[in-house]
Order: sequence, then C-alpha cells, then structure tokens
Amino acid sequence: MSSRVETAGAWGEEVTSSPSVPSRRRPRVEAVAPYLLLAPSVFFLSVFVVWPAIQAIHLAFEGPNNTLTSYNFYQMTHEYTFWPSVKNTLIFMVSIIPLEFCLAFSMALIINTGLRGQQFFLYVWTIPLAISDLAAGIVWLSIYTQNGYFNSILHDLGLSQYGYQFLSYQNTFSLFAVCVVAEIWRSTSLVMLILLGGLQGIPREFGEAADVFGATFWQRLWRITLPLLKPSIRVALILRTIFAIQVFAVILALVGSNLPVLGAQAYNWYHSYQNPNIAAAYSIVILVLSVLTTAFYLTVVRNKAEIAGATR
Amino acid sequence: MTKLWLSRVAIVIGVVALLLASIPRDATPAGADTAVTIYSTQFTPVDEATTFRNVILANSPASVSFVPAADSSTYFTQVESQVKSNKVQFNVLAGLQSDFEPLAADGMLQDLTPLMNKLKKRGFPQSFINLSKLGSKNKHYFIPWITATYVLGVNRRALPYLPKGAKVNKLTYDQLVAWGQNIKKKTGRAMIGFPVAGLIHRFMQGYLYPSYTKGVVRTFKSKSAVKAWQMMKKLWAVTNPQSTSYSFMQDPLLSGEVWIAWDHVARLINAASQDANDMVLVPAPRGPRGLGYMVVLGGLAIPKGAANKAAAEKVIDYLTQNTQEINILKRLAFFPATRAPIPATLDTGTWTESLAVKAQQNAKGSIPALVPVGLGAQNAAFNKVYLDTWNRILIQNQPIQSVLNDEGSIMAGLVQQAGAKCWYPDKPSKGPCPVG
Amino acid sequence: MSRHGLRLALLYAAALLITLFLLIPVYFIFAASIGPQNSVYDFPKPLVPQNLSFDTLSFFLHYQGVPEAFKMSVEVGIIAVAVSLILGAPAGYAIARYTFPGKNVLQLIVLATRSFPVIILSIPLAVTFLSWNLYDTAPGVGLVHTAMGLPVTILITAAVFYGVPVDLEEAATTLGCTRIGAFFRISLPMALPGLAAAALFTFVGSWNEVFAASILTLQNHTLPALVLTSLNIAPLQFSFAAAVILIVPSMVFIFFIRRYLVAGWGQVTK
Repeated sequence: MSSRVETAGAWGEEVTSSPSVPSRRRPRVEAVAPYLLLAPSVFFLSVFVVWPAIQAIHLAFEGPNNTLTSYNFYQMTHEYTFWPSVKNTLIFMVSIIPLEFCLAFSMALIINTGLRGQQFFLYVWTIPLAISDLAAGIVWLSIYTQNGYFNSILHDLGLSQYGYQFLSYQNTFSLFAVCVVAEIWRSTSLVMLILLGGLQGIPREFGEAADVFGATFWQRLWRITLPLLKPSIRVALILRTIFAIQVFAVILALVGSNLPVLGAQAYNWYHSYQNPNIAAAYSIVILVLSVLTTAFYLTVVRNKAEIAGATR
Repeated sequence: MTKLWLSRVAIVIGVVALLLASIPRDATPAGADTAVTIYSTQFTPVDEATTFRNVILANSPASVSFVPAADSSTYFTQVESQVKSNKVQFNVLAGLQSDFEPLAADGMLQDLTPLMNKLKKRGFPQSFINLSKLGSKNKHYFIPWITATYVLGVNRRALPYLPKGAKVNKLTYDQLVAWGQNIKKKTGRAMIGFPVAGLIHRFMQGYLYPSYTKGVVRTFKSKSAVKAWQMMKKLWAVTNPQSTSYSFMQDPLLSGEVWIAWDHVARLINAASQDANDMVLVPAPRGPRGLGYMVVLGGLAIPKGAANKAAAEKVIDYLTQNTQEINILKRLAFFPATRAPIPATLDTGTWTESLAVKAQQNAKGSIPALVPVGLGAQNAAFNKVYLDTWNRILIQNQPIQSVLNDEGSIMAGLVQQAGAKCWYPDKPSKGPCPVG
Repeated sequence: MSRHGLRLALLYAAALLITLFLLIPVYFIFAASIGPQNSVYDFPKPLVPQNLSFDTLSFFLHYQGVPEAFKMSVEVGIIAVAVSLILGAPAGYAIARYTFPGKNVLQLIVLATRSFPVIILSIPLAVTFLSWNLYDTAPGVGLVHTAMGLPVTILITAAVFYGVPVDLEEAATTLGCTRIGAFFRISLPMALPGLAAAALFTFVGSWNEVFAASILTLQNHTLPALVLTSLNIAPLQFSFAAAVILIVPSMVFIFFIRRYLVAGWGQVTK
C-alpha cells in the first residue's frame, strides 16, 4: 500500500498502553499527581457544564415567584410549532446521518489509500471544519436564494426563466434538501477526521493478511475494516447526531422560520420572546433526545457489530 | 523541523496581527464629558443606522454614538435594568411613543417639561404634545421628533392588470385580491408581497383589523375578523410565497420578485428612489369599516440617572432642528413631527411618498390606529400572537375561528398580565382590554 | 494493469468531485461579496464577478458595531485559548503519562461533556452571569467557549504527549533532572507545536460559535452573534460579506493544524 498521512500523535505507544515510568520510584506523590493534574479541568467542567445542566432543568420547571410548575412544558407543547419542530429536527437528523456517514467514510478511505496529493485533499476536505454553521448557512443562501447562483446557472442553461423558489415554505422537500446539503457540506469533515483517525489506528498487518487470502475490497471492508473501526464509528455517530439535534444557525440563515427546529425555537424563545423558562424547556427536549439517541447507538451499534462478528 | 515550525509560527502570528490590524480604528471616540449615547428602537436596520450616523449626526454638538436595539422588548428590559441598577449607559432614548409608555409608567424617564417649553417654537402639533404626557397630568416625558406610516409600494408594470373600476390610489382589499388574481392569471406569477419576516404584525394591528373590525383586541376573534381572514386567504393565494422570508419589501421590489408590497415607508423608500420611474407609493387599501392605517410617533427622551443631561438636551435640540428633520425625511423617509417646512424639491421617491401619506391620512373614513400601548415587556409576545395567527391561518391552513379562539386566549393572558387598557381604535376600557 | 489504472482513475475522479463540492460554495460566497453593493439584485448572476469592488466588504468592516464585535471575538477567543490550555494541558499530560484507577471513567466524562448540547448550558448561564456581572462581557463568553473547547484540548494534548517519547524524559531524570525539570526542558518544547495546534483549534471553535455568544451578550456581540442578530435587518450583501470575514481567518488556521486534527480527533475514539 502506501504512506499514511503524517500525524502528530504516535498511535504505536497508545495502542501498547502507556508506560507509567516513575510510579515505582515515588509512589505516593505519583499516585496523587494525575488526579491533581486533572482536578482543575474536572472542576471547571462541573461548574460550567454539570451545574448549568442542573440549572436548566430547574429553569424549565420554574414558575413565577420561585414556584415549581409544569406550565412551561404545557405552553411549549401547545405552541403550534412545537410538534412540527420536533418532527423537523428528527427528519433532519435521520436524513443527514446516513448520507454524511457514507460520504465521510468514503473520504477517509480515499485519503487512507495514500493517493498522490493526499496532503492537498486533506487540507481542502478539512476546510469546512473552519466554517461556522452560521457562515455555512449564508454561503448556501447565496446559492439557493431566488436570485442566487444556482438559479443563475439554471437560467444560463435555459432551464428556468425566473428561477425556482427553493426556499419557499410551500416546498417542504426542497427546504429540507437545501438545509441537508448545507449541513453535510459543513460537517462531513469532522466525521471524516474521526474515521480517518480510527483507520490509521488499524494495524496494517490485518489488511496485508487479507490480501494474502485474496479478499476482495468489499470483503475486507465488511469483515475487517468496519468491525475494527467500531469505536470510531460509534463516537462519530454519537457526536454528529447530537450536533444534528442542536441544528440552528444553518437553518435560521437559510430558511428562517420556514422550517422550525428545536434549536431555533429555544433561541427564539430566549432571544425574541424573552422567556428563558420556555427556552429552557425546549433545551430539555434537546437533552432528552440527545440522551436517547446516544443510548440507542451504544446498544444498537454494538449489537450489530457483534452480529457481524458472529456471522464471521 | 524547528525552522519549518518557526516559519509556521511566524505566519500564524502574521495572520493574527493582520486580523488585529484590520480592525478599523475609527470606532466611537470615547470622549468622557461630552459623549452622548443614543439607544434607539428606530433606524435599527443596517442601512438606516449607517445613514443616521453618517448624515444625520454629522454636525451634532457632541460626539454621539448610536446604539440600535434588537427590538422593543430588549429595549424595555435593557433600560429598566440599567435604571434600576443605577448604571445608566444611555443619555438619550429614541423610540416610539409606545416604547416610552411602559418606561414612563415605571418611572424610568425624566420629566422634560422645561426642555419642551424651550423647544415649543419647533411647532409640534398639539396632539403630539398631548401624547408626550404619556398619561400624566402635566409632565412631558419625551420630545416629539419623527412620524412614519406604512403604505403600498407598486411597480408600474402591475398597473395594466388593475381590475376594472379600481383606482390605484383608492384600492379596497377586495380589489387588491382581484388585482393579484388578475396578475397571476395573465403572467402565472404571484406578485404581491408582505414582510412576514419583518413588520407584518403592524399590518394586522394597524391595517387589516382596523379596516375590517375597527378594533384590534376587542374584535380579535369577532365575526368581522373572520371575514378579514377569509379575504386574507384569497390574497395570500396570489402572494409570493417567498414572503415568509422577506424582512424588507424594497429588496424584492427592486429585484422584481414582487410588484405590489405593503411595508413601512422607510423600508420602501430605496425602491421608490432608486427606481423612481417604475415605482409608485400609494395609500393602503380600505376595508368594510374604513381605511385603517397606523402612524407611529417617534420621540426623544432621557432616562433617569443618565449622566450628562446638558449634552443630552443639546443633542435633542439638534435632532429636532429643521435641517435634521428634513434630512431624516429625505434620507430615511420619516416625516418631521415639527413644523419644519417641507422643501419643494424632494426627490421623486420621497415626493410620491409624501403624496401617498397625505392621501392616506385625508382619506374619507380613515381610521388612524395606534401602536399597541401599555404592554411593556409583553410587547414581543403580543406581536407573536399576531404572527402565529398569520402563520396558522395562512400557511398551515388551520380553521380560522379555532385559531382565533386559541390565540385570543393567549392574548387575553398577556393583556391581563401587562394590565394594558384598550387603545384606539378599540373602545376605551377601565381594566385590561377584553379580548373579544 | 488497466484494471488497476481504471481504479486509480475512479479514485481520483471521486476525490476531485468531493473537492469541487467542498470548494465551489466557498468560491461563490467570495464572488458574491466582491461585487458592487447593488449587484445582489442582479439576475442571472455572472458566475465570474464582473466589476471587482470591495465596497461591500469595506462597508461591513466599517459598520458601527463590527469593529467592536471583531475585537470582542478576538478577546473571547484569547480567553478561551488561554484558560483551556492552562487547565487542559496538565490534564492531557496526566492522561498520556499515567495509568491510574478511574482513568477510563474520567476520559469518558470528558468526552461526554463535549457532546453536551451547548443550547442547554447557555440559557441558565445567561441567568447566572447576570448576577455574577459576567453577562455581556468577553470573560463570560470566553468561559463558556472554554467549557466547549476544554475536552478537545485535553484530547489533543494527550495525543501530543503520547507522541513525545517517554524515554527522553526518563533519561533526563536519570541524569539528575527532577520530574518537573524534565518536563519543562524536554517534553514541553517538543510538545509545543501540538499545543499550539490545540490552541488554534480552540480559537477556531470560539471564533465560530454563535448560540452561546448571542445568548450571553446584548450589546457586546461577538462577530457571529452580531451577524446572526442582524440577519433580518441587514441587506443580503451585508451577510455575504460577513460570511467571508468569518471564514477567512479560520481557513488559514485550519491549514496549520490539519495534521493534528487527525491525531486529536482520532484520539476521541479510544
């Protein structure tokens, strides 16, 4: 095969479990040292992640004068956009994940073949990582708006005189398609990176052994690469799904309120309607969805891989 | 390795330095004593704010920084929290009468009666002077400054499709519907536009409801309101569906995406001026109860606890002078709230605007609706009721009466919570305005 | 051979297609932002911009609030980078160099916090920051961005310290260096490029973050927050120019850290 992408981390040491040299010399200090080194981070994360999360739950159930109430949830679920935004968020998530995963996996495989110009491709393919969801929304707006580049191309090709209204509320399919393309464009890089990191952690001998037995590309992919890549895949799927549930700026910039989603609703309730309680209630829905999908991946992705292992 | 690494560090540092250097330095000079900060709910759009800073404030007696507010609710909470915590950063407040009303009710504004007496020579109409009392006996909380309204912008290419017997200056809503249908039939395109991502709530509060029901809150779910929405459904069928993402109508008018659009004059004026040959401004249509329209009165106030009152008063004096009033008319399409002489040589856009505004005000059976009064922090939620009603009836096709009942009960809660009394054209109420 | 050649051709074709898909939109937004102000109404739009003009970009850069937001973004980014390195580098070192009970659990917790929805954190923090006088300030936003960047900083720095051979550090200690001395003389200099990469990655994350930044600020917006709040009140060209200004710096930064990205994100998996 060929050279791998030069990476900074040496995976060798990592795979062979890190050696902890000095622990035998000064056991007491050394036993405490890692905890001391980790303590500030853990403390910080508990103040700025764990505690606000608890606060969010409190805020969502907070009524006037510090009473506890479920009225915020009542008001939220009775808003006419609530169920559409749940539905849209889920559809968005379900349509993005498989497409993006396939694309990212192909990209990682291509880079991993070590084709010539791989450094160039790696850079260009990580460019979207630098682009915020807001900027990505605006970028695709310049393409899909009625006077935009896509319609200009269609016009030049003689396919449309005034251009199509891709962003019209009447055309739910194109609304989704536009947002899905923009989001895939922006976030596939991250999934690719995680998968590429995983691919490079697979010892080369596995592939060589398979070659010896004359395995086809697909056989090798299915029997060796995918099972060994399981941890990376799981992490990539979990991260991407959770980010997809939070989607917000891409949609606000591209289609505004034509496609209500949970993240945008939380933003609007906090920002435009100045009601932190209902905004917090929306964020709790996002949290619950995130936890549920994570649990789903942790069980299902494992089981599937095990089934694949059993048939081997 | 080290050399390469060093050169990389150098490049990164270079980029950071470039970033820092590219920050323009001409930001607000922080003059300590004479600096005045204006916090405003008006001229918030990027273009308008730029003109306001570069043209209107060009010769101001103090160095002024102009801070646009995100919306009326933010404005209210921001001023309240600053005054209450005694950390007032703003010297002058620019806003609509309806923005000042809840602030005055909570005692957040200074009494400007002496300044009012000094500036009386500006010739404010008596009705504006009365409004500036904001319900008090003899205190004036703001100095009247600018007025504006909402009209229709029309591309001349739409005129040949006018239905028989309809005059563009005296339209009814039914004729507007017929006009749109006619255009759609002959060209295949829906060419009417509304700023649904913009000021559409003002259309319902100041135009649709007054024209059809002569009320806003008391008549919210009435039978005549149902009629209004039935008409709107027909109108919506010939409205460009992109309307849901329009926040200003001048852009789609200029790009030819729509031919007929309702909006705030300041958000139509670019179209009327840049494309003066093709664009006219005309009064809004009338409904069965008359021609409902909304005039907004903008004024200038000073929050309690503001530093630098003398400089603030100078800036208010400056902004109400004839030169500034006329410049605001010419460049920003707001009319003077003073008796500043309107020059004979306005550009065509502003000229057709002034004609349309006059025609709208003087129309027989006109109903001048007020901007919602007394809602304070509930303003955004109140506007949301109208926006949700619009979306549910027109976009989601939900049954009119049940939407009105639903949203009406939300509205009742808001009005109750704010304790807002009825405002014109609703009949006055003693307590919170009843939703009917 | 020809079969092999065909495969190779297919491979490159795929790589090229993906490259075009990722690059063309970037080209369009640049094209859209360097026309004269009124070109936004043109239809059909020329695919190659006709009149080069930096009016739109310069209008955006000089618009009141933009320079301040620019400064705010840089400040927030620097705070986020500084705090997350000070906290995260020792943690990354600990994960790379020690085996200790509870290590796996800790790593899992760190990863879990990364995937925690920022939407949930921002809203209660806005309420809390009001009473801590951190609302609408650079440190307030900077700390939240630290919370978002810290887990990745820890993972990248751990990867970096894995890459610094233990043997050297050990050799130094046998030659009389203290553990700490060995760290500062041997490991740290070797780890610097990787740490810089972690810093840049945190900066890019902070530069791009919009939800927390717009919830936690009112007047002192960061650049993305300013752009988001003016989406509805700004002409299209304003947004286009804003997107370009947002994209360019992080594109340059990503170029410098691309090697570390694979290692850092690969690390997430373990």
